[in-house]
Amino acid sequence: MAEMSIFSIFLVSILANNVVFARFLGICPYLGVSKELSTAFGMSAAVLAVMTLATAITYPVFEGLKALDIQYLDTISFIVVIASLVQVVEIVLKKTAPSLYQSLGIFLPLITTNCAVMGTALLSVREELSYFASLVFTVGSAIGFAMALIIFAGIRERLEVRHVPKVLQGAPIGLITAGILALAFMGFSGLGS
Amino acid sequence: MNELVKGIWKENPILRLLLGMCPMLAVTTAASNAIGMGLSVIFVLVSANVTISLLRNVIPSKTRLPCFIVVIATFVTIVDLVLNAFFPDIYSALGIFIPLIVVNCIILGRAEAFASKHPVLESALDGLGMGIGALLGFFLLAAVREILGNGTLFDVKLFGEDPTPALVFILPPGAFISLGFLIAGMNAIEARRKANG
Repeated sequence: MAEMSIFSIFLVSILANNVVFARFLGICPYLGVSKELSTAFGMSAAVLAVMTLATAITYPVFEGLKALDIQYLDTISFIVVIASLVQVVEIVLKKTAPSLYQSLGIFLPLITTNCAVMGTALLSVREELSYFASLVFTVGSAIGFAMALIIFAGIRERLEVRHVPKVLQGAPIGLITAGILALAFMGFSGLGS
Repeated sequence: MNELVKGIWKENPILRLLLGMCPMLAVTTAASNAIGMGLSVIFVLVSANVTISLLRNVIPSKTRLPCFIVVIATFVTIVDLVLNAFFPDIYSALGIFIPLIVVNCIILGRAEAFASKHPVLESALDGLGMGIGALLGFFLLAAVREILGNGTLFDVKLFGEDPTPALVFILPPGAFISLGFLIAGMNAIEARRKANG
């Protein structure tokens, strides 16, 4: 992956290696939040912001750990960075943009336990991307997440008015829909290789 | 005893409460990976529950979540190092999903909902029960996917050359679809049990 051009890293992380459909990251918000298009947009925006900041900070943190030869502390330091980052973003938003805070506020605490954020931060350092490439990779992943969330929210709004067998209602039909979407996204595999 | 049993069926963290879906979908390509992941989750759950239960009167309630996360991350780091040292195959198959146990909602959920309010022994049993429930969930999905997608279980070949296994069950779409039907099946059984009183 390291030898790919920046543009193909960007495209692959949105389409072929979509966080939800190919890497299985961020399934909980995907199933839980995406009931309406508007909340899906809100969640996507919050994830994009936190994810980009998280990689921007965890990457140099990992370099520091590497310099001290204590890489095995990556898990613990990354989660601390992400958890405090979410807190800081929450406080800053509350002070500077109260209206934005009103609409994004409820999603922010959820992002700490969104494995897509921690997952992309870990993947960036494990795949040994350069700093710039890892940022591009993160933004691409966040856009991929947003795309999955918004497509699924759109489908779900239509499923609401259809007749679904009782045992399939809720999560099962959501997972099966995701499976069919994943099948469609597999059409992109091989992109960038 | 109730603490131990509830996690296995009634409050099965994966199949009933729908927590921790990401590792459930990602690591269940083969039954052996599912067992490795399940055992790691059991270890982290029990250790974190015991530690948090011991510290429940010391941790101030306002900063409890960061404290829980640091405790959990410590045990996850132990699992990560142990697997890397002794089980390199499973370590590479599970990949980033070992560090991601930290953000698994099952573990933080049990810490917050149970261990921070109950004594040590009950918390340990709760962790063990929930862990076994998760392990069973992982194993069930992995068995379905490995048998249908590869024609094997624990790398033992189950059929002859025919029929050709449906590779799609190993690939991501198969994970979502099998899990969807598995949960639907659980719902159907539970609905029937309720109807029969």
